[in-house]
Amino acid sequence: QLLTPFQYLLSGIYLTRYILYSRHELLLFEALQEGLEEEMERDLRVCVMGEDVGHYGGSYKVTKGLAKKFGDLRVLDTPIAENSFTGMGIGAAMTGLRPVVEGMNMGFLLLAFNQISNNCGMLHYTSGGQFTIPIVIRGPGGVGRQLGAEHSQRLESYFQSIPGIQMVACSTPYNAKGLMKAAIRSENPVILFEHVLLYNLKERIPDEDYICNLEEAEMVRPGEHVTILTYSRMRYHVMQAAKTLVNKGYDPEVIDIRSLKPFDLYTIGNSVKKTHRVLIVEECMRTGGIGASLIAAITKNFNDYLDAPIMCLSSQDVPTPYAGTLEEVTVVQPAQIVTAVEQLCQ
Amino acid sequence: MALSHLAASASRSSSLLKPLSSALSLRRPISGDNSPLTVETSVPFTSHQCEAPSRSVETNPKELLTFFRDMALMRRMEIAADSLYKAKLIRGFCHLYDGQEAVAVGMEAAITKKDCIITAYRDHCTFVSRGGTLLEVFAELMGRQAGCSKGKGGSMHFYKKDSNFYGGHGIVGAQVPLGCGLAFAQKYSKDETVTFALYGDGAANQGQLFEALNISALWDLPAILVCENNHYGMGTAEWRAAKSPAYYKRGDYVPGLKVRISWFVETMVLLSCNLLVLELCETVDVVVLL
Repeated sequence: QLLTPFQYLLSGIYLTRYILYSRHELLLFEALQEGLEEEMERDLRVCVMGEDVGHYGGSYKVTKGLAKKFGDLRVLDTPIAENSFTGMGIGAAMTGLRPVVEGMNMGFLLLAFNQISNNCGMLHYTSGGQFTIPIVIRGPGGVGRQLGAEHSQRLESYFQSIPGIQMVACSTPYNAKGLMKAAIRSENPVILFEHVLLYNLKERIPDEDYICNLEEAEMVRPGEHVTILTYSRMRYHVMQAAKTLVNKGYDPEVIDIRSLKPFDLYTIGNSVKKTHRVLIVEECMRTGGIGASLIAAITKNFNDYLDAPIMCLSSQDVPTPYAGTLEEVTVVQPAQIVTAVEQLCQ
Repeated sequence: MALSHLAASASRSSSLLKPLSSALSLRRPISGDNSPLTVETSVPFTSHQCEAPSRSVETNPKELLTFFRDMALMRRMEIAADSLYKAKLIRGFCHLYDGQEAVAVGMEAAITKKDCIITAYRDHCTFVSRGGTLLEVFAELMGRQAGCSKGKGGSMHFYKKDSNFYGGHGIVGAQVPLGCGLAFAQKYSKDETVTFALYGDGAANQGQLFEALNISALWDLPAILVCENNHYGMGTAEWRAAKSPAYYKRGDYVPGLKVRISWFVETMVLLSCNLLVLELCETVDVVVLL
């Protein structure tokens, strides 16, 4: 049975689409692992250091299988000594290696703050440009499910002032893999913030090699009435609130800022010029968080375009409680986002 | 006796000191006499978990005079920096190395530019021994563009990438994990070179030092940690800061060597123990020195 010319044409189109846009489905931690594996294959200088990353496969399975594939010299199990193994990663980066240092929880990297601030961030400058530090420091952070105060920290607010580093936060499998690859290829030190509760998100991502721009924000939902800026897990709370808002007749524009340092003021600015109202939803503390810096940046650059003061919803300035009900209250919930938008759009 | 023999042989060498205008290039020896000479060090070594090197060191008058010239240059440089600091032409901090020059010169004598050195903030002379020029030193100290870090680093941030000198670090003890990272990179690239990570007796009490030592010993890294003990950590005397002043033993499972310094022969001492240390590095991989 021969096909009609029309059927040939149609099958040709489907075949082309299949080849060009073929995708596979995976979870976020698998996307991170894929990105890491591809970069390790591509560049022999990439190595991974961290606690339990090797034989154990990573406490969140991001480095699963890598030790078996690349060996113990490229996937290194370190003792529990954040200060020194972060320092060692930075020292290795000074010679040209490209280490990926994993903090088992971002909160533990507070012990390595000196190394990250003084050596990672500043060496490029204090050496007069002689050394670049192409290191990637990554790990899960943010408020999880009753992990307790010390394991629910948001380090992006503490690191944001360090001169010389770049910070990005991933939120979907697509941008997790893209940002991981871009961070490894970058000559600058990059801190990649993952979130404990987002590792099991599922998405279909392209088969082909791709990277995400480290300094670009992501337009999640275009809209007209209000710009909602968010990142990491709060993106999902915002999208949940957006459903309610759409039912109530509002049209929010949701932007996942992704790049926490530097901010993508181009995308944000265009949005502010369109909607004239800004709501920031973040998981950082109110005091000195990413939201605070973002308010300052938007006010400085786009004050004339605002019809109302910028609103910022952040976590409470308290240690995260263990009790589930209390923990929920310290973090921004979708209902609060809906109320805030209604207030902003009056 | 060894010293007088040395002095006699030096005066027997024919060429005189070159004029100071050639001070910018450090590697020109002033004596052409290559005849071998054996010097016996006056003070014995103390060792921990390894065999101490022999007290006789093979050298020649040419080499000795090079050492002397380098050390004298460094001494004059540091004294000049001191005067500049007091005249407020150098601002901020200025940590001087006069009295410790032999460590830098002795270390350099045993290694090549492919081996890495990293130190703390007392880095002016180490920078010079790695091939830095006096112009770069003084320009950096006074914040000029001709400085080694373009005037952006200052006294505590001297680096020379092409001769593997990794600085130049202000925070006490932070350079030790960096140094172990350099050693890791050397092992990773299969370079067959070593890293010297220098620190002071004050930094010897830092936790990150022991962390880095543990990881280096665990991963068999070619790292040599050198403690330059000037008996003061910031402003506090050693006996008030450290319960045990036997820094060379603090490595526990790591071999250590205690080297006593008296200016004239210290380079000999360091040369010999460095050669031993490099030999050890093939087999043992981490050594702690005093």
